Amino acid sequence: MNETAMTRREWLLTDRPQSRLQARLGRAYVTWGRFAANRLAVIGMLIILGLIVLAIFAPLLAPYSPYVGDLAKSRLLPPDAAHWLGTDDQGRDILSRLIYGSRLTLQVVVLVAIIAAPLGLLVGTVAGYAGGWVDAVLMRITDIFLAFPKLVLALAFVAALGPGIGNAIIAIAITSWPPYARIARAETLTVRNSDYISAVRLMGASPWRIVLRHIMPLCISSLIVRVTLDMAGIILTAAGLGFLGLGAQPPLPEWGAMIASGRRFILDQWWVAAMPGFAILIVSLGFNLLGDGLRDALDPRGSSQ
Amino acid sequence: MSTLLDVKDLRVSFPTRTGVVEAVRGVSFTLGRERLGIVGESGSGKSQTGRAIMGLTPEHGRISAEKLEFNGIDLTRASKAERRALRGKRIAMILQDPKYSLNPVMSIGRQIIETLRTHEPVGRAEARRRALDMLAAVQIRDPERVFGLYPHEVSGGMGQRAMIAMMLVAGPELLIADEPTSALDVTVQLDVLGILHRLVADRGMGLIFISHDLRLVSSFCDRVIVMYAGRIVEELPASRLSEAEHPYTRGLLNCMPKIGVDRHPLPVLDRRPEWAL
Amino acid sequence: MTAALAIDGLSVVFDDFVALQDVSLTVAPGESFGLVGESGSGKSTLLRAVAGLAPVSDGTITVDGKPLGDKRDKAFYRQVQMVFQDPYGSLHPRQTVDRLLLEPLAIHGFDNSESRIVRALDEVGLGASFRFRYSHQLSGGQRQRVAIARALILEPSILLLDEPTSALDASVQAEVLNLLEQVRAARKLTFVMVSHDLAVVTHMCDRLMVMQHGQAVEQLASADLAAHRVTQDYTRSLLTASEGFRRNG
Repeated sequence: MNETAMTRREWLLTDRPQSRLQARLGRAYVTWGRFAANRLAVIGMLIILGLIVLAIFAPLLAPYSPYVGDLAKSRLLPPDAAHWLGTDDQGRDILSRLIYGSRLTLQVVVLVAIIAAPLGLLVGTVAGYAGGWVDAVLMRITDIFLAFPKLVLALAFVAALGPGIGNAIIAIAITSWPPYARIARAETLTVRNSDYISAVRLMGASPWRIVLRHIMPLCISSLIVRVTLDMAGIILTAAGLGFLGLGAQPPLPEWGAMIASGRRFILDQWWVAAMPGFAILIVSLGFNLLGDGLRDALDPRGSSQ
Repeated sequence: MSTLLDVKDLRVSFPTRTGVVEAVRGVSFTLGRERLGIVGESGSGKSQTGRAIMGLTPEHGRISAEKLEFNGIDLTRASKAERRALRGKRIAMILQDPKYSLNPVMSIGRQIIETLRTHEPVGRAEARRRALDMLAAVQIRDPERVFGLYPHEVSGGMGQRAMIAMMLVAGPELLIADEPTSALDVTVQLDVLGILHRLVADRGMGLIFISHDLRLVSSFCDRVIVMYAGRIVEELPASRLSEAEHPYTRGLLNCMPKIGVDRHPLPVLDRRPEWAL
Repeated sequence: MTAALAIDGLSVVFDDFVALQDVSLTVAPGESFGLVGESGSGKSTLLRAVAGLAPVSDGTITVDGKPLGDKRDKAFYRQVQMVFQDPYGSLHPRQTVDRLLLEPLAIHGFDNSESRIVRALDEVGLGASFRFRYSHQLSGGQRQRVAIARALILEPSILLLDEPTSALDASVQAEVLNLLEQVRAARKLTFVMVSHDLAVVTHMCDRLMVMQHGQAVEQLASADLAAHRVTQDYTRSLLTASEGFRRNG
């Protein structure tokens, strides 16, 4: 058993891989080794994995319905054996609401990442590689977006589009791509005049091919790190919109909205606002730890030797 | 001739994820007030030998030596503070590229003064005078002007002269030069070597000249050590390089193209595993 | 006979800096031509201008009788390829050798890329075991061999060599120089080679041009240089410098 594990490790770490797949797996293995050596990063990853599991199996894990509570018997109960995290003013179990709320949090995070990161990557690499007026136009647009505080801009978008979780996601995505464009552009500028990009130009590759196939892969790792570190901020922005009543609408168990509704009882029934607060704190922390770990593992300076 | 430096069985190794890399594996030599060349290809351990003597081995490296003595001072036992006091004052080092060794935000003159005053309690005016003298000694025609310039404002050759001036201002007894001219153009290279040659001869310093260029080293030094895979494979007087016996030294000499000698294809080095044993 | 490469009155200006001023030369098909000079002499700039990597502000470049415009087309790159100085910087850090060699074939729509890649690696003496390595798993000499394989895989007729061995150890330099001579003979290639090392250039080239401050100093045959039949002082000083240090000099 031990022997086969050793040979598999050797197969992955070999200096002379026999196939594309082996080369790629070997590289992934080395990156994973660097990541796994960082204990805090692994904790962060476990937190995020826990969040995903919660979201997938919410109906199985939640002890009560997140929407319907017993107004007569279980209003604002403190944490006890029946309701681990207590109940809110509608008599709903807070734990169940948090578990279902993880779906919304995850939805926000994934959609924002899918919309904002590629948009920023595209704008940044194209601006950086093309230079000249293309660069000037794209980066001035980026600057305009950067000049507004994120939450204020998101507020304006939601005000225009109407409240709701979908519009909140779009608003957050639209306001969070500019930093990614900046990063991608900076990264592009450092590699665009390198010999290996010149070599591809000398192959006769079109500018699009160079940007998409040769420059973008180099920018992706620093972007992944940045997006992961930003996740905490995105969750907070979503929660902030929810808190202001512009994000998820009742009775959706969005964590920010839950804090907002708990605000009225914060002195006497602290758990109503505190529990979703803890949830946001833990998930934000998880993303930050994960991002730090990814930065160390994916850092191109580390992997180039 | 008095012995300036005595090295016996010097070893430098670096632990890595895949095991320990031995960069220097038992190097021994002595140095008087002479010019010693250390020649080898990349990975031969020549630079790590120089760094170990200088006390500049990277943090995670491990050094051991039966003997590492500079003027009777046991360098293996010296504390960090003692090594620091030696560095610059009595042992100095010149690196390949002045761009990376000079502080970019400090004028050249101030850097030289700074180095001097770290090691000697001299007044401002005195320090300035000695810095200007030193710049003149490295054949900088207008020392007053260069004194106020920043490293990015001077050419590579000028930068390397400034570097030499800075390293020699405190009057070290031993100078370690690690590829001091490799980043320079050939014509500038010879000027810089000429300056180095005169200063070393006039001041009676010991010089360790580390380079990959066997011919350059043999034309400049008194004695040459050839390193391969962390070991010394041959030591010989520079004047008798053509009589080198070790196949590695001979191969290294042979494989370089020479003007006016037609050899197609060039003889290549046939590396034998037993050289590295 | 049409020249493989003819350059007439070429100038390159970056902002206000004149990198290359009114340089002319012709290289016959199958010839090996050297450019020698110190840093800032414009020798690399000339090569990059031919390859389309530096802006031409004046003069003409003609390849096989066809003058080049501002933009190089795909056909040009099948004719002219380049090997760079720094083997550590000329290979993409996130791509395997396989991917590096596949890219030019994919761009130009070559068929049976599989066998072409295997053959290209064989030709530069690397063999199939190197095919799926990343560049950080290769030594400097091996990287330069990959760079040569990449340049040759499009079967060009002219190879531009920008100090191809100056970053390598002497023994590895000899191997790479031998390899270059061997592929040149096998494929009847035209070489234009830039170097600061007179010995390397006279070894590799039939004729050479000495350059200084962006201008041509003189053109001469390697044999004349070896016999010290030079007319310009600058060439003479380069020749003296290449002979090493003289204590009383």
